[in-house]
Amino acid sequence: MIGVDVVTPAWYLALGAVLFSIGTFGLLVRRNPLVMFMCVELMLNAVTLTFVTFSRMLRDTGGQSIVVFVLVVAAAEVVVGLAIIVALLRKRPGATADDVAILEG
Amino acid sequence: MIELAVFVIAGGAALVGAVGVVASRNPVHAALSLVGTLFGIAVLFVAQEANFLAAVQVIVYAGAIVVLFLFVIMLLGVDRAENLRVEPLGGGQRVTAGVVALGVLALVLTTLASTGWEATGVVGEVDEAVPDIEQLGEALFTRYVYALEITSVLLVIAVVAAVALARRGGREEEIVDPGQAEREAEIGERMAAAEARAGSPNGEADERAAAPAEAEEAAP
Repeated sequence: MIGVDVVTPAWYLALGAVLFSIGTFGLLVRRNPLVMFMCVELMLNAVTLTFVTFSRMLRDTGGQSIVVFVLVVAAAEVVVGLAIIVALLRKRPGATADDVAILEG
Repeated sequence: MIELAVFVIAGGAALVGAVGVVASRNPVHAALSLVGTLFGIAVLFVAQEANFLAAVQVIVYAGAIVVLFLFVIMLLGVDRAENLRVEPLGGGQRVTAGVVALGVLALVLTTLASTGWEATGVVGEVDEAVPDIEQLGEALFTRYVYALEITSVLLVIAVVAAVALARRGGREEEIVDPGQAEREAEIGERMAAAEARAGSPNGEADERAAAPAEAEEAAP
């Protein structure tokens, strides 16, 4: 239950949900591929916060272990994604996510 | 009481940073707002006794990923003003995005509320006397050892892919630079000819894709 003067895990879960929604909104609204990537990072972080909260609630290390994997996957995703963006923006300076539609066969 | 203060300050920093990422016109400001969010979440990790993860969060995210973002932004020079003219989008997509985001939020919150904000499931046996890093290490190298090894393979693949993508771009640019305009015109002609020959059914789609690019170039 959400209390007022004691921080319960519910607060962290709610904060994670709000951060995730903000990330979703940003991902859908922005067209700069770099900012879209940052919004994905935001969503991943909201999920890791939720995982850590559940890990604490259940007194289990599984949640924290998954956060490690999420970190690794996020790092790999950023590296490859930024390499693609660099390759794209070198060819077409000022390209937005909409311009990637030219890739459609 | 202290925990409440920590939560309010760190959570507030995370929220302000998140809004900053979405609302900043300049990608550099968005990246710096992202640092605020990441630090806030790192503090919340500490508040939840995940000290190791908080350190990793700061080192990997704030220390590496955000620097990578900033590096790419400044390398490409996408923080110039003309880029921002195409942004933000018109009303339709914004409203849809708002509806989707609020829907996600409502879905998650109602799901959590339906469980009474309690986690149900197998309760593990975390021993508060043992540091979290020891327990995490033990879990990673026993129960999740295969997953851990696979992530190392993933990292190698990612590094190789990034080097391949970035290098190829660089070399091409160096070689093409002298006669780039001519070459591009030639390629464009060839593609147009091929399209005309094929009588391509997706010619419309190509025109549609090309139109915004032209409009962008026309803008001062």
